[in-house]
Amino acid sequence: MNDASQLSLTQSYGPIFMIVAFSLFIAVTMFTLASLLGPKNPTPEKAIPYECGSESTGAAHVKQSVKFYLTAILFVVFDIEAIFLYPWAVLFQRLGVTGLVEMLVFLTVLTAALVYCWKKGALEWQT
Amino acid sequence: MFWIQAFVKIALIVGVLVNMAAILLWVERKQSAMMQDRIGPNRAAIVVGSVRIRAAGLIHSIADGIKMIWKEDWEPTGGDKLLYRLAPIIALVPALCLFAVIPFGPTLHVAHLRDLWSPEWATETTGTVIPMRIATLDVGLLYVFAVAGAGVIGAALAGWSSNNKFSLLGGLRASSQMVSYEVAMGLSLVGSFMIYQSVQPGDMVNWQMQHCWGIFVQPLAFILFATSAIAETKRVPFDVPEGESEVVAGYFTEYAGLKFGMFASGELVEVCTSSALLVVVFLGGWQLPFVQNTGLEFHYLGIDVSWHWAHIVVVLVGLLTFIVKVLVLVFLQLQIRWTLPRFRYDQIMMLGWKILLPLALLNVLLTGFGILFFNGLPTPGAMTP
Repeated sequence: MNDASQLSLTQSYGPIFMIVAFSLFIAVTMFTLASLLGPKNPTPEKAIPYECGSESTGAAHVKQSVKFYLTAILFVVFDIEAIFLYPWAVLFQRLGVTGLVEMLVFLTVLTAALVYCWKKGALEWQT
Repeated sequence: MFWIQAFVKIALIVGVLVNMAAILLWVERKQSAMMQDRIGPNRAAIVVGSVRIRAAGLIHSIADGIKMIWKEDWEPTGGDKLLYRLAPIIALVPALCLFAVIPFGPTLHVAHLRDLWSPEWATETTGTVIPMRIATLDVGLLYVFAVAGAGVIGAALAGWSSNNKFSLLGGLRASSQMVSYEVAMGLSLVGSFMIYQSVQPGDMVNWQMQHCWGIFVQPLAFILFATSAIAETKRVPFDVPEGESEVVAGYFTEYAGLKFGMFASGELVEVCTSSALLVVVFLGGWQLPFVQNTGLEFHYLGIDVSWHWAHIVVVLVGLLTFIVKVLVLVFLQLQIRWTLPRFRYDQIMMLGWKILLPLALLNVLLTGFGILFFNGLPTPGAMTP
């Protein structure tokens, strides 16, 4: 039933390293081709960051809305909760009602967190 | 032998994916031309003597590739040079690596290739066996989520290192949108894991072979996963990170030539991979209805058909079925681009956090109750794995 159990660790994860190496090779080749074959005539005007033709003013790294930061925190919280659900989901049919009740408690806490964020306005983007 | 097999499969898959990006570029142009009542690309041609080979506009993709290679290679002043150069590589590599765990066909038993009629092959596992997937991992789809998460870094780095206000805004939008939809994407598959009792794509296809396609037991999850997969690829209607009327080209504003091409082809490869994932988890993988490992088996409505196929035919039919299913889904994904207008950013975030996430949690609950209802109430430890 379990295909992975017949393979050694090297046989399972070796091909992963191979595909990463192969993809890196392709990506680096594309990058090097562009660098080697493309003509280079840099002028100061050409290298100015694009701002619709007008002269660039001020620093590029300007202050951004704190909403992006909030979203990142929420992502960490909820993605970890999703990971916690996976082992339970795989074993669910063997855990039966006990498993469901336990997970209901967990999901209730999770939903309460979501409702709290919602009420606090962390999910609102219209200002 | 094992490593040669792995290398051949990797070279084939990655090669096909890279070329698919070029072909999808053409499909996208021809499709939009059809939908807008235009002719679309038809000028580029390979001239051999007096013959002009146009290949229905397919040459345009090749011409684009050649043009991109010989574009001027310039870099913006300021910004982080190292990160600026790393970003397109980090954007492309995870997209190409995602396919590693996806099974694309039934296992090929070399020993059975000579016996043209051997219906009992599935029980025997002697001799060389070629599984039609690059890697068989015990973590299965978790690998997909991990690698897909790495794709965010490419967009964020590109936005940060370009020293451009539009790039920074586009990069922020991209990373914020991608992490939001990753939550919905991860939670939408929990119901499927509960039914298949595995996170391995191979086990999922086997379950669907024995029972029914996943879309019939998890219809809500299919919609949730498909929506968040399109949002992950940052394509219309979720393309505010690169929406040209707002932020020029978003995080790759300052990239030209093939470096821009790396972002663009990474996006198209992701379209292919997300379609393949949908096929494996919800649409039965390489499975055709009524086709088993031995051939056609139809035993319904009083009709008994048992038509045994040679092993090689079963494998080829499986491969072809998988490819056709993926291409149909890719075509639909491309069609969405020319059908829907772009969402506003607040609408995108609302859809991700306020609609998809609660629906995914609801789906987990419904699946749990459904399994308990249909299985009867098993006592803990009573069922064998």
